[in-house]
Order: sequence, then C-alpha cells, then structure tokens
Amino acid sequence: MNFTQLAPEERAAMLRTIGVERGEELFADVPADARFPALELPPALTELEARRHLGKLAARNVSVDDWPCFIGAGAYNHYAPSAVGHIMGLPAFYTSYTPYQPEVSQGTLQAMFEYQSLVCDLLGLDVANASVYDGASAVGEAVLMAQRLTRRDRVVLAGSVHPQWREVVRSYVAARGVEIETSAIELGNGTLSEQRVLDLVDERTACVVVQQPDFFGHVRDLNGLSDAVHERGALLVIGVGDATSLGVFKSPGEWGADIATAEGQSLGLPLQYGGPWAGLMACRPEFMRQLPGRIAGQTTDHDGRRGFVLTLQAREQHIRREKATSNICTSQTLLAIGITAYLSLLGPAGLREVARQSHAKAVYAAERIGALPGYRVITPRPFYNEFLVRTPDSGREVQRRLLEQHLLAGVPVEVDYPGLRNGLLLAFTEQNPRAEIDRLVEALRGL
Amino acid sequence: MTNPADRRYTIEHEWIKAEDDHYVIGITAFAQDQLGDIVYVELPKVGDRVQAGNAFGVIESVKTASDLYAPISGEVIEVNSDLVDQPQAVNADPYDTGWMIKLRAEDSTQIEQLLSAAQYSEQTGE
Repeated sequence: MNFTQLAPEERAAMLRTIGVERGEELFADVPADARFPALELPPALTELEARRHLGKLAARNVSVDDWPCFIGAGAYNHYAPSAVGHIMGLPAFYTSYTPYQPEVSQGTLQAMFEYQSLVCDLLGLDVANASVYDGASAVGEAVLMAQRLTRRDRVVLAGSVHPQWREVVRSYVAARGVEIETSAIELGNGTLSEQRVLDLVDERTACVVVQQPDFFGHVRDLNGLSDAVHERGALLVIGVGDATSLGVFKSPGEWGADIATAEGQSLGLPLQYGGPWAGLMACRPEFMRQLPGRIAGQTTDHDGRRGFVLTLQAREQHIRREKATSNICTSQTLLAIGITAYLSLLGPAGLREVARQSHAKAVYAAERIGALPGYRVITPRPFYNEFLVRTPDSGREVQRRLLEQHLLAGVPVEVDYPGLRNGLLLAFTEQNPRAEIDRLVEALRGL
Repeated sequence: MTNPADRRYTIEHEWIKAEDDHYVIGITAFAQDQLGDIVYVELPKVGDRVQAGNAFGVIESVKTASDLYAPISGEVIEVNSDLVDQPQAVNADPYDTGWMIKLRAEDSTQIEQLLSAAQYSEQTGE
C-alpha cells in the first residue's frame, strides 16, 4: 500500500478494511452542527498576494535588533559571531539525527566529545554529558540523579532559582512522591534577602539546588555551603544562570558542586522565541553512572588510531528501558555544536571579555538608575549583568510605558514573586552601548 | 563449567552460600559467560535491607546491564568493594573472589526453596 497518496480507490479499500461504508461515519460522534462549521474565510489569495500580506504582518514584529533590549531572566542577548551559524548550518551537522549507529558518525561524536570537554572546563567538573534539552530540564535531571544517589526523597530549592526551572523540577518529581521545600524570598531594608537554604535541610534531603548568578542576578557567596550540605548527607546542585558569567566567576566545581548544570543559550545560541536551546550538565566522576543522557568517549581503534564512541550506554534507554537513568534526556547535539563553535571562537580570553563588558554595563546602569528618585536597586551586591530595580509603579506598568518608547525593558517578576510587585528585572550584555543605557535611564526618569 | 554443590542457586542466575552466621551471594559462571566482559558492578550499602526476589544491584557488561536479584531477604553486612576496581573478577572467578554481597538472613528457611547445583545445571542445559 502506498502511504503518500489518497486516491478514491485507496480510500474505499481502507474503509472496507475497517468495515465502514462512508468516511462521514467516522465522525458520527461529533455533534452534527459542529461537524462542518462555516468558516467564512475571505476569498483565496494568489501566492504573490499571500507573500505580501504575510510580509506586512511580519514587519509588525519587533526583534532585539530593532529596539534596545534589556530583557534577561534566563535568556540573554549576547552576540554570536557569524561563524557559529555557518558551522551549525553544515549539512553533516544540520541534517543528521541522533546517531543510533554512532560509530559511523565520527565527526558528530568528535564534536560531542569536544563539547563535553568544554563543559567540563566551564563547570569545573570531570564528567559531562552531550547535553540535555535546556537549563531547566538539566536541573530536573540533576534532582532525579541526586535522589537516586542518596535514596532520599526531599529536595531543597533556593527561592532565587529561576521560577521556570523550579516549575520543571516540580513536573519531573511530581509522580515520584518527592517533597520540595523552597526558601522564602523577602524584601527587607531595601534589599532582597533569602531564607538560609541549610535551615530547610534534614536527614531526608537528597540535594540542595542553588542558582549562580541567581534569578535576580546576584552572585552568591557559596563558601562553606558544599561542606555543610555534605555533612547532612545531601548533594549540592549548582545551576548557572547566564553561562557567560563563567568567564570571570568561580565554576560550580570550584564551589564544591556535586552536579552542575547551565542553560547554554548565552553561549552563541539565538534567542529563538525561547528555544530550542541546550542544557549543560556535569558531575563528579564517582557519580557518572547516574548521569543521564549520551556521553561520547575517546578511544583507539584496532590500528591504534584515535576514534570516538558512545560510552557508558548501559545507563541509556535503548538498553535499560524503564530502568534507564532517564527517558527524557534527548541531547541537543546541533545546539551543543553551536556552543562548541562559540566557545572555540572566543576562547577563555574572549569569554572573559564578554563577561567583563556585560558586568561593567550593568554596574554603570545600576549606578545611574539607583540615583533616580523613586528607583532603587534591590538585588544584593555583587551582581553579574542583571539586577532587580524597585520601581515607583508596578513592574508591568513600567514595562508597558517603556515599550511605548521603543525600549524592550526588562521583565516584571510579580507573577512569580507577588511580594515584588513594584519590580523590574533588567539585564545588560556587551550588545548594549552606553547610549542605549542612557536612553533607558532618561526614559525611567521621565515616567 | 561445573556449579559447586556447596551452595544454592536461583533461576535468575545468582548463587548463595552459607558461611559462618551469614550468607555470601554472587552470580553463576553461566551468567557471567552470557553477559560477556563485565565493566561495572553497582552494589548496595552495608546496612541496606534487601527483599527476596527484588533487585539489590546492577551488573554492567560491554553489551548490556542487568539487575542483580536477592535470593533471600536480609541485611547487607559486607559488600565486595574490590569489584569497584576489579569488576573482571566476576568473569574470572564468579564462585569465589567474584562474590558480591554478604547478608544476614531474615529467615534462613527461604534458602530451602532455591535450586540445588544439579537442578540449576539442568535449567541452564549444562
């Protein structure tokens, strides 16, 4: 049978097979008046007319290339060198699916191996996988991993972990009877403060999850946290916010993380309406058999030449089925290759420069905005490239009025933090020249 | 290979042998041969309780990974930590240095229901 067409004879043959006379009978359960509603469509357009119409609609969109962008909250408008897109567009990378007969795809495996090596460097840990869906699912997988390793059933999340990451963690553990405790965020003395996560840890806690820099841009002092968490028999998971921060700040491994994750979007991936991106994930070597997802390994072939394989596959779903470390861990190989290209092109010095500039611009903006009457920077210092500003009006209203002035200005946080209604989260990158920041400051002054 | 007569066997290819006041558990020669080169053995922690018929660990070879099933219920009193660095001992010497865990039995009559060496050999067609 040919599946690509539906000629009347084929339709008749199918209906005969299932014992139905006319196709309409298949819709008998749909109320008659809902079956064929009048659509009242305008007359059909020609291709030429349709293109013009759609072009006009598309022109009404505004992108970060049109207006100054100060939006962050998990997605950052960093610059990606053109070569990143060209490398991702190579057909051998762009059109290939996950290698199910992996060893024939030496190029893809080598790219995965290079990516993992870079992730190990960035996150400061010795074992990395070939990526998971995104930063949020990486945190979800880290929590499940900690639960398997400790055989405990409580999880402590810092309240300053991205609200959407926390939501994904909730989805991941919902059916497993895992309890989630979240530290409270408060606004006191004009600065954000957070309940001590350690106060929520008990003998049933599998792991503590903190974000660095956190959702409000704050670079947390994590000294001593890892030891304190380990003393209580739990593991420390550190999720990195804007990953370019790793160009200047200590890595999760250096802070003593057992498992580290990051959203890879900042590292050369387009914003593309919120994804697809890639989740970075690494852990200490003794935990590698609980690390989900694909792992490329380097080896030598029969003749002693360097080659690459998928390694530790016995953790994976094609072998372990329902007992696999994860069944929701598809790697984002193409996007991981983009990250590899970005990091290779910038090198450590380039990444440091991106981080230094992003930070310097945020410091400049904070000084100017903090000096405006009615505004106050309430993210504790030090911050990286993002901070929460207390605004005279609700964050939503300020955002709306700035949009009228063609400024993509920040994210109100009141949906997730009702106590922070008069607040706007502002982010800065190397792509914001001083003139744009000055324009934002003047717009805020004039509200 | 002959299966030693001084112990009992399970249909899942584990062996269990009485030793002083406890029992030693491992996998059979047939099992290690079917698995191929063993690269990793994940064992429980001392003090863990295991249930007869439930998984107490995982054994991983170059071609697959399988659960290890407890022949009887009890408390783990020792694990063979040499297997962390020398998992190939399970291939080389499954009935002696390749042992996996030692259990204090909850109910030692459970062992009576397991297979003898002769019955197990019959099961595996050897």
